[in-house]
Amino acid sequence: MEAEEVVAKPPKGRFCTICNQRRAALKRPKTLEQICRECFYAVFEEEIHGVIVDNQLFKPGERVAIGASGGKDSTVLAYVLSELNRRHNYGLDLFLLSVDEGITGYRDDSLETVKRNEIQYGLPLKVVSYKDLYGWTMDEIVKLIGLKNNCTFCGVFRRQALDRGATLLKVDKLVTGHNADDIAETVLLNILRGDIARLSRCTSITTGEDGPIPRCKPFKYTYEKEIVMYAYFKRLDYFSTECIYSPNAYRGFAREFIKDLERIRPRAILDIIKSGEDFRISTSTKMPEQGNCERCGYISSQKWCKACVLLEGLNRGLPKLGIGRSRGANNELSKNAKEAKGIDSIQSKQCGTLDF
Amino acid sequence: MACNSATCQSGGCYREDNGDRVDDPFPQPPPAVATESTQQPLSNGKNSDSAFCIKCKLKESMAAAFSSSSASAQVTGGGGGGGGASDSSRFCGDCFRSNLYGKFRLAVTSNALISPSDNVLVAFSGGPSSRVALQFVHEMQMKAQKNFDASRDRSLPVFGVGVAFIDESSSISIPAEKFSQAVEEMRLVVSNLAPPVKEFHVVSTESIYSSDSNNGRNRLKDLLNAVADVTGKEDLLVHLRMLALQKVALKNGYTKILLGTCTSRIACHVLEATVKGQGYSLAADIQYVDARWEIPVILPLRDCLAQELNIMCSLDSLKTVEVHNDHHSGINALITSFVKLLQEENPSRESTIVRTAGKLTPFHFNRMPEPDDCNMQLASQRRQKKYNLKPNESLPPESFCRICNSPLKKSDVKSYKLENQIMSAEDISNGCCTSCQFQILPKDISLLEHFYSLLPQQMVARGEYSCLGEDRWLREQIQDCLLSDTEDGT
Repeated sequence: MEAEEVVAKPPKGRFCTICNQRRAALKRPKTLEQICRECFYAVFEEEIHGVIVDNQLFKPGERVAIGASGGKDSTVLAYVLSELNRRHNYGLDLFLLSVDEGITGYRDDSLETVKRNEIQYGLPLKVVSYKDLYGWTMDEIVKLIGLKNNCTFCGVFRRQALDRGATLLKVDKLVTGHNADDIAETVLLNILRGDIARLSRCTSITTGEDGPIPRCKPFKYTYEKEIVMYAYFKRLDYFSTECIYSPNAYRGFAREFIKDLERIRPRAILDIIKSGEDFRISTSTKMPEQGNCERCGYISSQKWCKACVLLEGLNRGLPKLGIGRSRGANNELSKNAKEAKGIDSIQSKQCGTLDF
Repeated sequence: MACNSATCQSGGCYREDNGDRVDDPFPQPPPAVATESTQQPLSNGKNSDSAFCIKCKLKESMAAAFSSSSASAQVTGGGGGGGGASDSSRFCGDCFRSNLYGKFRLAVTSNALISPSDNVLVAFSGGPSSRVALQFVHEMQMKAQKNFDASRDRSLPVFGVGVAFIDESSSISIPAEKFSQAVEEMRLVVSNLAPPVKEFHVVSTESIYSSDSNNGRNRLKDLLNAVADVTGKEDLLVHLRMLALQKVALKNGYTKILLGTCTSRIACHVLEATVKGQGYSLAADIQYVDARWEIPVILPLRDCLAQELNIMCSLDSLKTVEVHNDHHSGINALITSFVKLLQEENPSRESTIVRTAGKLTPFHFNRMPEPDDCNMQLASQRRQKKYNLKPNESLPPESFCRICNSPLKKSDVKSYKLENQIMSAEDISNGCCTSCQFQILPKDISLLEHFYSLLPQQMVARGEYSCLGEDRWLREQIQDCLLSDTEDGT
């Protein structure tokens, strides 16, 4: 595991630079300070508490769902959040919300981890599955479309799935375990791919305040390496494999680069986030107008939400629908829908019947 | 959305349309003999047009012409990716040249970079970008001279051109013989670009210090040695380079400084700035015009890729001089190799990066300062309407980092007042951006004060002006209501 490399045997008499009492047991990835385990837990937890307070992420009495995949980020998030909730009296009602994409050998294993977390942390769990919501599992989707663009499907479906699950749980907020590395990667990706609109939004700690469920990222300034370290020392139960369908994602370029960068200058990750926050992007830049999907009522800037578009493609055996410069996709769809009005399609399944 | 296909058109993976139809100064005449042009060599199942220039369709494309010779690697590989003909090499030599020169000329005219009364100093490093910049500006000058000679009333003067090479041999180790040979080669290059004659200045970095050269050299060495971070040292050298250029330009009456910065270099700079936390000031460095300096800096090659500039050099056998292995280290080197990797995976990546960054809001100093003679500028001013950038008079003036001259974000600047004109360590830090504070300024207070004493006068003065600027501005706002000249009302 990664964390093992960082723990070096200190020379005799090297004390923790924070408490100066205990022997230093590790070098902190963010600052390279040599500190003991107890102090590491303390700074790790208190920094997150600071982020929560400074950004006013929660209000007392709120019901909060934690997006739980069984991976290290969400496990540590669930653990730390319930701990801080107790310690600092946030007054929150916490839940675990998990999405089953239907990936055999990956998701079914990680779901077992989440079920164990439910018991270990005492947080009620709700699982929503692609199969129930959309009628398709990722296994089936990949079988149809192959390994390119499959991340697009999964990402779009998951976003909606989380919102629907959150609504079922009747929560006020959703928290996810996106960490500093993730956000830095996203900033870089948006620069590389010309997405100025996303670039202006991707560093916000809270998003979707005007949508069904606001989401926030308490780990925005937390390094991935520190999360791993925390989970390792605390012996937290998590599932640590990469999604079996993801090896070709473009994000890999950015991730490799950031890993190399971190080796040279650890604070660069936070610097990237700072740059992302500071970019002078004109607010008059065309932002998508917000409406609702005609098919399912979910929030959407087009006639149909992306999930409906993709689903339509899958059901009609047109895997490229919704992928690529979809100038005509939405128009084409509404045209065809009008034509096929009377015909009941057995294959086509709705996104879901939840009203928003 | 994520994908890694080179031809993917989804989301932001735009493939650059390389058929940029710029005002073509040399429009090709229609084929005289129709039959000959239709004889196209069939090449094993591929598009039968591949052997011909995609623009004029008359001459052989460069890729085809050089396919058998060893020069092909140079032409098609250039500075960019691996095998396969690039878009540029699907032009014939003439169309390629006119297309590239067209980009240069469009940049100059639509941004009013060079006006007839200017005296332009070209920063020449010996590398392909600055070589092409020099060549193109020379061609433009020759054309202006020809027009001048031919015109009857001689109303429009011809702009002047000078060339400056920054001698960094005191900071970077270069064998003396190799160095003097390189300088001589450059001198020869410049003297061959006449008429009109261009003066060649060799300026050493230590000349930024007003004292004599030996003292200056030692001060420079100490200054650089005081910087612990490798990347910080490299960046500091770049800032000093600009100071040297400003000094030689001021001393010799130049009105503009021309850099050969190309798209590829800007793409790297975008990532470097992002990674160093300089997102706020990034927009200032990547426009055509940078008028923060006493002598405005122009970047007419902003739309040209490094690969194109390399091809241009080999096409016209433009002599380039390598003074030292441009050896980057640290973060800058990592980014250069990262961009190279991305460019290989998708040849339009550099352009996309620059286009994204181009959407950031520039600063008010990113347009040409208004000259005294209003008449000549009206047309270009109309074209600059895109960003209505007048300095907002209801806000205090922008303050700049003492070291890198980048605009400081207001919320990052802690307002401070100089106590008795003595700079405390905190004052020194406050006058610099967070990036310079981290990677250039020494952490230890006594080392910091020593470092400050080694800074060239221009950097010291810059900080003091910024510090006093806000105070002065506040006073100006209420000046007409003040009854006395001093603060306490006596």
